[in-house]
Amino acid sequence: MYMKKVIKYVILDILKNRIMIAYTVFLLAISLSVFNLEDNNAKGLLSLLNLVLILVPLVSIVFATIYVYNATEFIELLVSQPLKRVNIWLSIFTGLAVSCSLAFLVGCGLPVLLYAPEGSGLMLILMGLLITIIFIAIAMLASLLTRDKAKGTGLALLLWFYFTLIFDGLILFLLFQFMDYPMETPMIIFSSLNPIDLARILILLKMDISALMGATSAVFKDFFGTGWGMSISLLILLSWIFVPLWWSVVKFRKKDL
Amino acid sequence: MIIATNVTKKFGKLAALDNVSVNCNKGQCISLTGPNGSGKTTLIKCLLGMVVPDSGFITFNQQNILHHWKYRSQIGYMPQTGKYPDNMTIAQVLDMMKDIRRNDKTELDEELIDTFDLQNIQSKKMRTLSGGTRQKVSAALAFLFNPEVLILDEPTAGLDPLSTELLKDKIRKEKQKGKLILITSHILSDLDDLVTEVIYMQEGRLRFHKSIGELKEDTGQTQLSRAIAQVMKSN
Repeated sequence: MYMKKVIKYVILDILKNRIMIAYTVFLLAISLSVFNLEDNNAKGLLSLLNLVLILVPLVSIVFATIYVYNATEFIELLVSQPLKRVNIWLSIFTGLAVSCSLAFLVGCGLPVLLYAPEGSGLMLILMGLLITIIFIAIAMLASLLTRDKAKGTGLALLLWFYFTLIFDGLILFLLFQFMDYPMETPMIIFSSLNPIDLARILILLKMDISALMGATSAVFKDFFGTGWGMSISLLILLSWIFVPLWWSVVKFRKKDL
Repeated sequence: MIIATNVTKKFGKLAALDNVSVNCNKGQCISLTGPNGSGKTTLIKCLLGMVVPDSGFITFNQQNILHHWKYRSQIGYMPQTGKYPDNMTIAQVLDMMKDIRRNDKTELDEELIDTFDLQNIQSKKMRTLSGGTRQKVSAALAFLFNPEVLILDEPTAGLDPLSTELLKDKIRKEKQKGKLILITSHILSDLDDLVTEVIYMQEGRLRFHKSIGELKEDTGQTQLSRAIAQVMKSN
């Protein structure tokens, strides 16, 4: 009952936020220009994919972390009221997730539906939404690891850097080290350790250009292309939401305000 | 009504609360005093569930507060420094709290909003308010839901003399209704005619919990401020 009200206040607060509006407009401008520049919509989707997988996690994690730090007063006020702590925390998460997803849907979802309303486009929207929510959940956890706002924001940036760059570097390093061994199965496991990679693979497979990915792609297609593999990867992506969120709830319950 | 048993809380090495046990009952008006950093605010935050004790437990009407968060609907809390979302106006904060906390049973007590004349400045943003005006908003919120227990942390700090008197009148009125009132204040002369009991804390430990008559008798002083000063000197 009161959870709905808290969620409402958070969403109204974020929708008025200038950064959120700028993010939506920016996504919209990029998506529209990408589709208008490329004569082929599939190509447009591919360019958009790379932008989305870099920009969306960055904005989601940094915005959510800063928002939680700025809401310290709001949280303190709520905790002294007859509200359950867990529900306060989950309401803030829900508010953030709903409003950031809304921004993504307007900024990126609408153009994709307009220009490329096929399977791969829908997959891009679904993955964009999941990535948004995953990185908000990670931000909720990051903001509880330190009380200092500057440190927390730095940690959020570092996590984004890790998932978009460092992780792939480590994978490449491992691949070169173990070149002589069959690496296909370990690669599938590795890719599930990074939600961004997992999302990229799922979208590329839908685009039927997986041949571009080289030798491993055949194995990827055999695993992720099947309904079974697809369900498993969706389950992994969902656990990328729930595990950080659950961990943050555990920490928030014990936090001194 | 509120019973704390062996509550201990450590921040790092510092023991903010060390084995504190208190018993507060309906109709009492308790002054929580002690030197700076003696753990008064930490104790209050423990009672409110804002700080989770390392050991010991607190019950409110015989229910452990750890699992029964609803007890807070019977508490009005006025924090030491009221922190509110910066970009909300006074009216929005009041409306939001009503919206979140109100149910059909509670009768709103908007007397303090009138006495402090908050309607006239209700469209001001919280970030532009002076410390005293913030205190007025905090006080109005604490009394708004007509709670059974009032916990006031330094209620008169930052208030002008007139507002202090108005607030004291309100506290007196609520005390006569038989509510439990817990006040921390360094300006002890403010409390002289209000308080029925004194809890004295030092370095996180509970030194004593006496009725005001007992304390005055023990120290041989007639004024609360002098009695406490004597206690602090002799320690």
